[in-house]
Amino acid sequence: MPEKMEIDGVEVTFSEGETVLEVAQRHEKDIPTLCYDPRLEPFGGCRLCIVELEGARNPVASCTTKAAPGMVVRTSTDTIEAYRKTLLEMVIGENREVDVHPLRGYASGELMSLRDKYEIEDTGITGAKSGTSKTDDNPFILRDYDLCISCYRCVRVCAEEEGDHAINVMNRGFQTQITTEFDGLLKDSACTFCGQCIQTCPTGALADKKALRSVDEVTDATLNKTRTICPYCGVGCSVDVLTNNEKIVGIHPAMDGPANQGALCVKGQFAYDFVQHPDRLKTPLIRGEDGELHEATWEDALDKAAEGFRKVHAEHGRHSIYGIASGRAPSEAAYLMQKFIRVGFGTNYIDNCSRA
Amino acid sequence: MSNPLVDMQKPDVIFCIGTNMTECHPVAATGLKKAIARGAKLIVADPRRIGLAEMSHLYLPLRVGSDTALLLGMAHVIAREGLIDEEFIENRTTGFDDFFEHISQWTPEWAESISGVPAKDIETAAMWYGSSDKAAIYYTLGITEHICGVENVQSLCNLALMTGNVGREGTGINPMRGQNNIQGAGDSGALPNNYPGFQSVTDPKHQEKFKAAYGKEIDLEKGITKVTALELCGDSIHAMLIDGENTLLSDPDREHCEHALRSLKHLVVIDIFLTETAELADVVLPATAWGETDGVCTNTERRVQRMRAAVPPPGEAKPDWWIICQIAKRLGFRGFDYDAPKPIFNELCHLSPIYAGLDWERIEKSEYQWPVPHKAHPGTPRLHEDTFVNGKGIFSNVHYRDPAETISNDFPVWLTTGRRLQSYHTRTQTGRAQGIDYLLPEESLEVNPADLEKWELTDGEWCKMSSARGSINIKVKATNRSPRGTVFASFSFADVPVNLLTGSGYDPVTHTAELKVCPVKLEPL
Repeated sequence: MPEKMEIDGVEVTFSEGETVLEVAQRHEKDIPTLCYDPRLEPFGGCRLCIVELEGARNPVASCTTKAAPGMVVRTSTDTIEAYRKTLLEMVIGENREVDVHPLRGYASGELMSLRDKYEIEDTGITGAKSGTSKTDDNPFILRDYDLCISCYRCVRVCAEEEGDHAINVMNRGFQTQITTEFDGLLKDSACTFCGQCIQTCPTGALADKKALRSVDEVTDATLNKTRTICPYCGVGCSVDVLTNNEKIVGIHPAMDGPANQGALCVKGQFAYDFVQHPDRLKTPLIRGEDGELHEATWEDALDKAAEGFRKVHAEHGRHSIYGIASGRAPSEAAYLMQKFIRVGFGTNYIDNCSRA
Repeated sequence: MSNPLVDMQKPDVIFCIGTNMTECHPVAATGLKKAIARGAKLIVADPRRIGLAEMSHLYLPLRVGSDTALLLGMAHVIAREGLIDEEFIENRTTGFDDFFEHISQWTPEWAESISGVPAKDIETAAMWYGSSDKAAIYYTLGITEHICGVENVQSLCNLALMTGNVGREGTGINPMRGQNNIQGAGDSGALPNNYPGFQSVTDPKHQEKFKAAYGKEIDLEKGITKVTALELCGDSIHAMLIDGENTLLSDPDREHCEHALRSLKHLVVIDIFLTETAELADVVLPATAWGETDGVCTNTERRVQRMRAAVPPPGEAKPDWWIICQIAKRLGFRGFDYDAPKPIFNELCHLSPIYAGLDWERIEKSEYQWPVPHKAHPGTPRLHEDTFVNGKGIFSNVHYRDPAETISNDFPVWLTTGRRLQSYHTRTQTGRAQGIDYLLPEESLEVNPADLEKWELTDGEWCKMSSARGSINIKVKATNRSPRGTVFASFSFADVPVNLLTGSGYDPVTHTAELKVCPVKLEPL
């Protein structure tokens, strides 16, 4: 039996266990957040999601407040919005920069977007900047902690989603620093370079070093995303391939991918550039009289491919020809491989690479 | 997998055997880690102290190739302790009385004598698995790549059937598929025993159906497997069409394999790189790669999903389907007039009962897990919920068999093989991805530190590793991941072709190679 509460003067229903933020988001309330990632346990760190709760002395963080019957909540009063703006100014004021490149990571523009939404131009806050960026020679994860706002999303995603507990927090307050055990390199920690920390970071403090190789070529206007499935194991993680002028420049995990819900591993996240590697075969090859493979036209290569099968068929019969389909190519390829053998030669001399 | 990936977070007891999931299926492993964080118990059976073993509550370090013995021992304890699900056995299975009789002889003490796992740990594993409300089994090639792969799988089925751990949330028998579309390749009928949709080629009903659909008489008997075909190269097999497989590096007994492919009169390879296999071909045809190809793939939980092209292919590379059609048309084969992948997939759906409710448009959002028998069907995340396809679940009275080769004075060390997190298969892809070398620059042989002295090896130095089939040189890495007397290497690196050594035997039913067991000897270089 769904319970009822009131949000911004409208009676709404909720189910047990839902937070005020979740109920409000379901009803399309635009509540700002920074430390919130819907996959993670509520944290209540950034306080941007505060709402007025009738009967409560102070505003409450809606992400950590469970919805209760009869609650009366206001999500966007002048007072609340003023608080939010001040909180944002404090966060922005101690950061080195807020404008970050979209290639840094999936969520890297969150702080930037909120600054624009709240029209913060000059915070008026001067003084020390927090964070100390870390030199780490790994090729994948940039640790640019000058941009860190201590939302702990990276720490929590590593623990709760990836289950690796590779990173944690050192010090507190202004000195807060995200780091690994003994403050070392990621390579020497439990990190598996899955990249989930990069993709949940709302400021780009943790960033995709590999994607940033293309930073000079890519703009918001030229960056495209294509939804597909990872080319590696059989889990079938959904990914968005980031492309720029016909070049693959990075990968984002699909947060709504049914098999992965935002997770990837080091291969799916970072091992995509084989596709546009110079070693790719670009033309057909035919073995010549000299015993070497030589570039050829499609016409000649296909003729030779067909002719060879025709000859062997004529000489040795239809049970002399065998087909091996790929476990990496799409199903249409496997389907046509078996059809080629069955329709062409009337045999079941077809297999795929699953036996070894 | 009988159950969907989301179910991985839900069991009370998880039994992983022959799966190095944190390295080979890392994203699936995150589900298990969540289950453990929630309080689930993890039992891991593996010869190597892998990452999963470190996370486990009970680790069963079995000798390579002794899985059937271990599982028989567990079945014995479950029966002895009365942990069977009588209602499930009564309603859903057949053959339990014989099986009950059969397992009475396979005590945990006997299982210890074969597997090396202490009897008391076998008992604990059986008690945990048998007494839990929701227990799930996960396995990979550590179960199937043995001469007794079929018995291993049957042994796992026995455990699930006798405890009723099938057809419910958080239970099931869940093999993890290793390639992005290896499930789809089987679904599509690229098998010597099945037409598309796993319709047996020996069933007259299916024979009629495909004769009508394809307008061609097709052999009424099964074809031969790839393994047999490679055996027959030069004798009765004289031409091959290989699409996207680096057979030479991925298959066992490389010398045999190379000899086989070289003895063909005609070899055509479709691939994206000039692989070691393509280098042997008479004609090499350049295919479009992932990221350049529109098509469909099916994942390990039977979810049918769209792959989409994001960038144009290099040079003149063409989609696999186009290439196959062009060869077929030149040979005068009928039914290859396609101009896009969509009609090909729709034809597959039309001919496959498990895909009957699907088409190119319906899979747009990855919503369906097969079987989807008709258009109004929501798909089947969980198999065997009310019935088994073949009626009743069948208990198998399996027997333990030794691996094809066992250690001897000449070859006193067990070699087992597999993958690593950072590399994939024969590295045609990961070997060409920048940065991967930072994490994994080279292959090495994992040797227990206590074994170094005995074999006169030095950590970080090279050694010569030989089997009955050949020798390779490989760098030694001392690690407690390997137990005493067993070493491990991946088959990924072309300069350390581990599959020169493997290939001692094959499962007689599936023809899957025993890649997980290979007696070797080690000598310093």
